[in-house]
Amino acid sequence: MQYLYAFLIGGALCAIAQIWIDKTAVTPARILVSYVCLGVVLSGVGAYKPLAEFAGAGATVPLTGFGYALAKGVAKGIQEFGFLGIFTGGLQGTAGGITAAMLFSLLAALIFKAKPENL
Amino acid sequence: MTNQSYEKYSKKKAKKSPLLKNICFAFLVGGLICTLGQAILNCYLALGIDKERAASLLSITLIFLACLFTGFGLFDRLAKHAGAGTLVPITGFANAMCSPSIDNKAEGYVLGVGAKMFVIAGPVIVYGTLTSILLGIVIYVLSLFGIDIIHLIV
Amino acid sequence: MNRKVFEFQSKPGILSSCAVGGRLEKEGPLGSYFDITETDTTFGMESWEKAETKMVEICSTLALEKAKAAADEIDLVFAGDLMNQCTASSFAFRQTQIPYIGLYGACSTFALSLGLAAMSLETGFAKRTMAVASSHFCSAERQYRFPIEYGNQRTPTSQNTVTGVGAVILGEQQGERIAVTEFLPGRIHDYKIKDVNNMGAAMAPAALYTLKRYFSFSDKKPEDFDLIVTGDLGMEGKNILIELGASHGLILGENYNDCGVMIYDLENQDVHAGGSGCGCSASVFSGYLMDQLRCGNLNDILLVGTGALLSPTTALQKESIPGIAHLVRIQRVK
Repeated sequence: MQYLYAFLIGGALCAIAQIWIDKTAVTPARILVSYVCLGVVLSGVGAYKPLAEFAGAGATVPLTGFGYALAKGVAKGIQEFGFLGIFTGGLQGTAGGITAAMLFSLLAALIFKAKPENL
Repeated sequence: MTNQSYEKYSKKKAKKSPLLKNICFAFLVGGLICTLGQAILNCYLALGIDKERAASLLSITLIFLACLFTGFGLFDRLAKHAGAGTLVPITGFANAMCSPSIDNKAEGYVLGVGAKMFVIAGPVIVYGTLTSILLGIVIYVLSLFGIDIIHLIV
Repeated sequence: MNRKVFEFQSKPGILSSCAVGGRLEKEGPLGSYFDITETDTTFGMESWEKAETKMVEICSTLALEKAKAAADEIDLVFAGDLMNQCTASSFAFRQTQIPYIGLYGACSTFALSLGLAAMSLETGFAKRTMAVASSHFCSAERQYRFPIEYGNQRTPTSQNTVTGVGAVILGEQQGERIAVTEFLPGRIHDYKIKDVNNMGAAMAPAALYTLKRYFSFSDKKPEDFDLIVTGDLGMEGKNILIELGASHGLILGENYNDCGVMIYDLENQDVHAGGSGCGCSASVFSGYLMDQLRCGNLNDILLVGTGALLSPTTALQKESIPGIAHLVRIQRVK
């Protein structure tokens, strides 16, 4: 069942973005930004925690989950460091992902060459 | 022919994206990436890694895979069919960082790779973090009044 | 003159032409008309920008060879491309000693350089001139859109930048020849289209008004030509132009086509609304159309180069996309 929920919720989050793109011609960068911010807001109002418990990776893998990680990080940061946590929490919660993306991107740049799909 | 009437006409005339097909592909591919994510997560959990760390490792694994696919030139081939299905999962974020890195190698590692890496992902990190700061302020101010919403989030 | 069509009394002849293309162009319906097609679109170079420069070098060299002319016999070259500051063209001609004029007219560049090359012959200042235009899918993609490997879904109205170059050499010629006889530089028309993925719609009005202006000066009618070819409105813009034309008293029939539609197989090649870029009309003209003119299948054609005059910066600043269309008449004269 866990896999089914992950599939359905994850798929639904992507399908919503697809409708948004096709209907409004919004750029991909805006979708990414909106989804992350939306994730933070939904976490803040307490909606994302139950969703993540229900759908597992279906909720944490889409970029709203990235927002959820930011929100969790900030909440924990405040728990631990008080006011300072507002500044340190968010990125702490997402440090793994961002660092990994930087590392693997750099490695990819070292190894690979760009090749256009059509050519 | 006025500007408005022409704009309206050209919009009406424009061939539309195949919405239903796009949504189906996005749903399917996005859903499958999340299911794969769940499987990876379960593997880490089965290895006895705690939930928090397993979640971080999952992100890192998916980012690694997305960068690998990008490097081999497979990501854009999948994405042109999957659309938001590859964009919205963390794979889209990884591709947004990885593709300009590879692409801008000719301009050097500092201002080419290093700087252009963030050309699409930068705003995501910036505005995501800024939103989390706003949330942090709310959490902090509420905590001053003795209201604790942290348990709602974590 | 008074903004009328420039008619060339000397009827400068096209001495030679050369078209170079990439793999997708080779696989297209006009593939066999290219002089050189390269499946390795890097052209052996380490960056896409260098690849485009290399392509221009190859093409212009072969055009010179075919005209049996040395570089120092060319008095003037008009060249343009899509890259920032027009570097593909200027870098390609830095080794030669040919006096060089760099042009930017977006996809209309080839018609513009052809018209200007003919004009400089007409004045008598030049004896031989060259007109070149180029574009490369990857260098254009990087500049105008996304990184090559970025996973982006394109809309059906978007066009695929052609990897190609077209070069022609013009000169004084006597006897039966293929000559550039008329040139009508376009005006800029802006119908406030902002969708960068629908440039056909942004350029179609410019093509319409240039054609209307031409026929208002000329005693010819659209059906008098073997071919009226726009470059490159794509499928989207082509259909708009036909419809707009009909409602503005310009009937475009079977003898109308568009380079962006001709260069690819829109059904089976993943190119959405067709080709675009300076190299599209340049290579279609220098390859296929010149071949048809030479063998007599075509004797009198109008080439209408259409350009969308935007930059990535103006698009981000939410500016609309102005369009332009330059018309050149090429015919067989005795």
